[in-house]
Amino acid sequence: MSVVNNRVGSSPRVKWTLIALGSAIGAVLLGLPLVIIFTMALREGLALYAAKIIEPETLHAIWLTVLTAIVVVPINTLFGICVAWAVTRHSFRGQSLLVALVEIPYSVSPIVAGVAYLFLYGMQGLWGPWLQDHNISIMFSIPAIFLVSLFVTSPFVARELIATMQAQGVEDEEASISLGATGLQTFIRVTLPNIRWGLLYGVILCNARVMGEFGAVSVVSGSIRGETNTLPLQIELLFNDYNTTGAFAAASILTLLALITLGLKLWLERKSPLRGPH
Amino acid sequence: MFRWKKRALPGLGLTLGTTGVYLALIVLLPVAALLMKAASLSPSEFFAIISSPRALASFRVTLSAAFYATIFNGVFGLLLAWIIVRYEFPGRRLLDALVDLPFALPTAVAGIALTALFSRNGMIGQYLEPLGIKIAYAPAGIALAMAFTSLPFIVRSVQPVLEDIDIATEEAGRSLGASDLVIFLRVIFPAILPAFLAGCTLGFARSLGEFGAVIFIAGNLPLQTEITALLIFIRLEEFDYQAAAAYATVLLIMAFALMFVTNLIQMWQLRYTKKADA
Repeated sequence: MSVVNNRVGSSPRVKWTLIALGSAIGAVLLGLPLVIIFTMALREGLALYAAKIIEPETLHAIWLTVLTAIVVVPINTLFGICVAWAVTRHSFRGQSLLVALVEIPYSVSPIVAGVAYLFLYGMQGLWGPWLQDHNISIMFSIPAIFLVSLFVTSPFVARELIATMQAQGVEDEEASISLGATGLQTFIRVTLPNIRWGLLYGVILCNARVMGEFGAVSVVSGSIRGETNTLPLQIELLFNDYNTTGAFAAASILTLLALITLGLKLWLERKSPLRGPH
Repeated sequence: MFRWKKRALPGLGLTLGTTGVYLALIVLLPVAALLMKAASLSPSEFFAIISSPRALASFRVTLSAAFYATIFNGVFGLLLAWIIVRYEFPGRRLLDALVDLPFALPTAVAGIALTALFSRNGMIGQYLEPLGIKIAYAPAGIALAMAFTSLPFIVRSVQPVLEDIDIATEEAGRSLGASDLVIFLRVIFPAILPAFLAGCTLGFARSLGEFGAVIFIAGNLPLQTEITALLIFIRLEEFDYQAAAAYATVLLIMAFALMFVTNLIQMWQLRYTKKADA
């Protein structure tokens, strides 16, 4: 970026005051939380850190968190592809309404999402009594964790793909169809290679949110130790037990995941110039 | 020139059908179940529940903390976007990358990290406490946690618009003899205003629903530092489902209203940029 001296705020005094102020607040608000997590996790040494992580309850929470991502991310990826194909490759009435509906989970509080599921599948809910009669329990068990995670992260891949596929245009696919390819062939051979970075970007953001979701999961999981505790819930439990080192050790795993997510995001933004920040 | 014969792309029925069914099952049905639960209360019961002193206090705590968090982010987020776009300095790229941290870091992790930093014995809290500044377990802590989780909305909304500002408009102001501050207030700020307001609204909405980051640092005293999302959670644990449904409905309505406002602002922004291009 060329710095033209005539631009607003280019006098050295203004410039360096603003940089110092911005960097200082950025370091405190965004940098120090990262520092404190690893300091607290490692404050009693590496051996104890490792011991905290391989505690059975924490290990089980890690496994449940990974399992949730394995179930939820592919489903919401398929959903995102369907939404994006319908919205960007066709035009129909009510298109903008559909996009608005898809984005609902972005603005709904995770707690409200959890409560909504409770009033659908819980004993006090719409289908609860019927499910009870048929001996099906969804609330306070693992399926409930999957369901609220599906709700909370459903717009992530869809939003990225809509942006990518809109920028891409439809000419390639139209050519492919004219040449006699089927819809599925066109999607796999033509669309997918074009959108792969945008798709991966959406998948990574979706995954990070699934693994980190706290509010919605805490309403519906029942937080049963060693059974329905995901990693974020386990962190809360350890923290409230005054097991601070254990809580930060568990948190450090999710922090590493966040750092990997940020790294991949930067890498993808460089790979595909179409992908800007939100 | 040879031109492709345009043909409609296939797959609308399949993708739109899948989108509709999935959206209905995963997003709309639970939300409808919540609204039905709330609608089973008579209007007078509903208003009695949401106007109880504890509920009103929770609305006040939540709204005022979200308000202060948005003000803080409005100033500081704009500063961050400004220095990242306008200046070259060591650590600029790192700062740019760190802005996305609150999106990638699970809220529970952010919550315990901020608590550890700002509590009485914490890395920062120990210096603030003697000055009489109490952040953890006080309303300021709630606002801080909300500011952390919603910071990226403002920075990422403003950044692209700031990048696009034409140097010619600044120079025009300069040739008329205007000072930096006048050019910023009269030329630059109006240009970024729609994006800035959209970012602030998104951040405010996010703050209203925030749970994970807030509950660790809030102190959670009824009538003083208890946010609405937590009050919903407490009512659920007390099996007071009617109150939980009523409070959740209030949060949901606020979220929908803010979503509507964001859409209006974005439409205005679109017209604004079109006019600027013409």
